[in-house]
Amino acid sequence: MTDVAAQSNVASATPDTMAWDSRARRVVMIYLPLACFILILLFPFYWMAITSFKPNAELLNYKEHNPFWITSPTLAHVKHLLFDTAYPRWLKTTMLVAIGSTFLSLFASTLAAYAIERLRFRGSPYVGLGIYLAYLVPPSILFIPLATVIVQFGLFDSPLALILVYPTFLVPFCTWLLIGYFKSIPYELEECALVDGAARLQILWRITLPLAVPGLISAGIFSFTLSWNEFIYALAFIQSGANKTVPVAILTELVTGDVYQWGALMAGSLLGSLPVALFYSLFVDYYVSSLTGAVKE
Amino acid sequence: MSVTTLPSRGATLRQPGWLARLFDYKPFLIVMCLAPAIGLLLVFLTYPLGLGIWLAFTDTTIGQRGIYIGLENFQYLLKDPLWWNAVFYSIFYTAVATFGKFALGFWLALLLNNHFPFKSLIRAIVLLPWIVPTVLSALAFWWIYDPQFSIISYLLVDVLHLRDSNVDFLGSPWPARFSLIAANIWRGIPFVAISLLAGLQTISPSLYEAAMLDGATSWQRFRYITFPMMMPILAIVMTFSIIFTFTDFQLVYAITRGGPVNSTHLLATLAFQRGIAGGELGEGAAIAVSMIPFLVFATLFSYFGLARRKWQQGEAND
Repeated sequence: MTDVAAQSNVASATPDTMAWDSRARRVVMIYLPLACFILILLFPFYWMAITSFKPNAELLNYKEHNPFWITSPTLAHVKHLLFDTAYPRWLKTTMLVAIGSTFLSLFASTLAAYAIERLRFRGSPYVGLGIYLAYLVPPSILFIPLATVIVQFGLFDSPLALILVYPTFLVPFCTWLLIGYFKSIPYELEECALVDGAARLQILWRITLPLAVPGLISAGIFSFTLSWNEFIYALAFIQSGANKTVPVAILTELVTGDVYQWGALMAGSLLGSLPVALFYSLFVDYYVSSLTGAVKE
Repeated sequence: MSVTTLPSRGATLRQPGWLARLFDYKPFLIVMCLAPAIGLLLVFLTYPLGLGIWLAFTDTTIGQRGIYIGLENFQYLLKDPLWWNAVFYSIFYTAVATFGKFALGFWLALLLNNHFPFKSLIRAIVLLPWIVPTVLSALAFWWIYDPQFSIISYLLVDVLHLRDSNVDFLGSPWPARFSLIAANIWRGIPFVAISLLAGLQTISPSLYEAAMLDGATSWQRFRYITFPMMMPILAIVMTFSIIFTFTDFQLVYAITRGGPVNSTHLLATLAFQRGIAGGELGEGAAIAVSMIPFLVFATLFSYFGLARRKWQQGEAND
């Protein structure tokens, strides 16, 4: 009996020390680095937010005020932004462009993905590959000739130019995402409908699309985010202050002179980031799945 | 009576309108379905790509149609120290930033692959730098790198007393170059980490169990299981990352606009400065076109380099 008790004692002692050891190890190996990562990844946002609500006196005086905190928060910068600049207009333009190009890309890529994946014709894999390769052409190579094309079409300085141009990087991504999604829907469902005499477009509209809604949401929110964040085309194609999108306008209209209005700049950045951040928090899972899905394809 | 009406009803059912029939005719339907996507891409991607290459061989300026001048633009660029500077910094920027992003991103992915509380929340937070418009977070970095009121300088000088004077982040060439690279790494980590995390989750746990039974250390498990299994996804993510880092524009344009003394120009910002701001469309296009060989080379290198190593590993193990 004693033997057994001793044995069990030893047996219970070892896992205990091992558990402690592995817990300490876990803290050092996992939690500590993870905390550092999160701290560094989030710090710029914290800094952006805290700057937006600091009065100018606190903003530029680290000796008397702890820069990491606000003692007397103010809405002056936000007020300046909303009432003394064209910020609401920029927000509206950005929203219009993002929604317009998202719908255009979703429309074009749904049809293209359906044709490539479900109407299967000779060479359909090559068309898919071609569309995918378009994604590898970076906007930095295209913006100069595109600017001349936009001028030729008489669309210079018009938000419509952006709505038409953004699909060049949205359509490849969305098409690829939706091809993957359509693949996961059993073809038998469509065959049944075909046998019952439904037309192809009816099948797409009544059967395939309702089943592909999660894929459509993923593609949609991704397109919205990418067009909201786009910079180089918006910088090159829009001239007048009123038609600019938020990222471009903040950089070109709010940065004036040698003394930077950091409070207003950061408030503008914060407000400009909020719509996508909110959107993102509502659809996190879709983002992650579309990001990883697109990589895996 | 009923016998005569029935066939006609059947006939109308079998014969829908010519429009509906046309849309059920497969070749026509395929063309119609592909038309919007292919049309948009041809007009706004393929045509400008060709036009850009043509512009690079002309002396077009804003408001004036140029004429063909052969390789003159490129000859000029080859003699231009600023272009060489931009080539150097583009390569340096891409190499260092890609290395940093993948080292840190892979590490973060391995960390996120463990079990801990609030995992999905943390995963969501991690992606934030990638979701927010780059220019806006670049502005935050610009403010963080401010010569007078930089928070990093404040920490180093007034809190930790490690330095006597403020750090001059953007005032001289090398610090400015590294500051931009740090901002780029910060922005790139989430994408790499989340993509690689997806790859990590596809590795079957039974491989690790088998290795543990054979007494493999955690380093060996990483080196001989995780790493080779991740090769295909690493190759794809790295190809993307290299392409979009090499052609980066927003970060540099927002923080330094190529300064100080043109030391932080990437090829894309130089192309913008000459082509759009300076009006020399032909020269700007030539700079943009000069990115293409680097891109093709980098893509082939990262894609086939990594893919081949994976193939070799498979061969050796078999």
